Amino acid sequence: MGGKVVTVTSGKGGVGKTTSTANLGMGLARLGKRVVMIDADIGLRNLDIVMGLENRIVYDLVDVVEGRAKVKQAMIKHKQFPDLYLIPAAQTRDKSAVSPADMVQLCNELRKEFDFIIIDSPAGIERGFRNALAPSDDILIVTNPEVSAVRDADRVIGLIEAENKGPARLILNRVKMELVRKGEMMSADDVTDILGIKLIGIVPDDEGVVSASNSGSPVVLNENSRSGQAYRDIARRLTGEDVPFMALDSGGGLLAKIGRLFGGGR
Amino acid sequence: MASFWDRLFGRTSERESSAQAAKRRLQFVLVHDRINLPPDIMAAMKQEILDVISKYVQVNEDSIDIALHPSDGSSLNLLVAEVPFTKSIVAPKPDIDEDDDLEEPTA
Ligand SMILES: Nc1ncnc2c1ncn2[C@@H]1O[C@H](COP(=O)(O)OP(=O)(O)O)[C@@H](O)[C@H]1O
Ligand SMILES: [Mg+2]
Repeated sequence: MGGKVVTVTSGKGGVGKTTSTANLGMGLARLGKRVVMIDADIGLRNLDIVMGLENRIVYDLVDVVEGRAKVKQAMIKHKQFPDLYLIPAAQTRDKSAVSPADMVQLCNELRKEFDFIIIDSPAGIERGFRNALAPSDDILIVTNPEVSAVRDADRVIGLIEAENKGPARLILNRVKMELVRKGEMMSADDVTDILGIKLIGIVPDDEGVVSASNSGSPVVLNENSRSGQAYRDIARRLTGEDVPFMALDSGGGLLAKIGRLFGGGR
Repeated sequence: MASFWDRLFGRTSERESSAQAAKRRLQFVLVHDRINLPPDIMAAMKQEILDVISKYVQVNEDSIDIALHPSDGSSLNLLVAEVPFTKSIVAPKPDIDEDDDLEEPTA
């Protein structure tokens, strides 16, 4: 069957799907994997920007599906990683231009040449989500430790189960450990407890993510970044490696550390 | 148990933390989301419950409140119907014990 199709989805918008897709795509390419990313957010293209590939787009996903371009023509090669490609979303079309069957067919073709096909799903549970889900072997749910984001994640997990897909795994993004320690933000345990799915990674809230996206060079390439480390770990877990979860407990100030030392923090 | 350090840092268990509140509220709302009962079905269930209960006691139709609650440890969720009633309609008969199996001792 060849390569694996990984769908990154969430229900709610703005929780970090595109950020996670970009970082995991590069994270896997860093490990020497052959990777193609598909931006399935038709009409709201932005994976190209986060990847720094926006000025090289000629053809897009809809051109491929409608037969105006061959798959190879629409794939943009990354300069730094020659085995990393992006198929961009169409900007001027809507989601109905692509069907779930189109996505299955496209991915079956790509499986022959790539180790990983990573699909950046649009927000919502409509057509775009169905398109992203249809060809998936592996599903990553991105959420933030907030009530509304977790609620939407639960809805999406229900839909995935109804399709007999999954089990999905969870990326908990934008975690602020200081707040978790103070009891002002739900912990990864709280969220996995509620959603009943396994965790594949915890990504700290980090300004570095934003500046990396601004410059078109995802944070996973920054060796000194904790969020970059989190994405490097998730990429390795995707390859099947058993990577222990890093303790997200540095920072938080001296007092909090002393508190923990004496059994205060949980 | 709140440790000395918890109390020092204001992390006592007396006041619910906002993270605990978030978790509790999520657990409630997800019981509803997951069971996904359409409003008309919910209304029909409410009406049937009301019909049965009002055979025996006088109830105010508007005051019935049905809520779904997340499980508390055990694996089952609860459907809690609150039905305030005023008085019984069926006057207790002196011979009621003789008709009522539940009151019979297992002799
Ligand atoms: N771990 C993080 N720390 C800080 N900002 C983040 C993090 N993850 C995502 N963001 C920011 O949040 C915003 C939304 O992220 P994005 O990946 O576009 O979400 P989605 O694709 O789910 O809509 C972006 O501005 C992004 O830079
Ligand atoms: Mg996005």
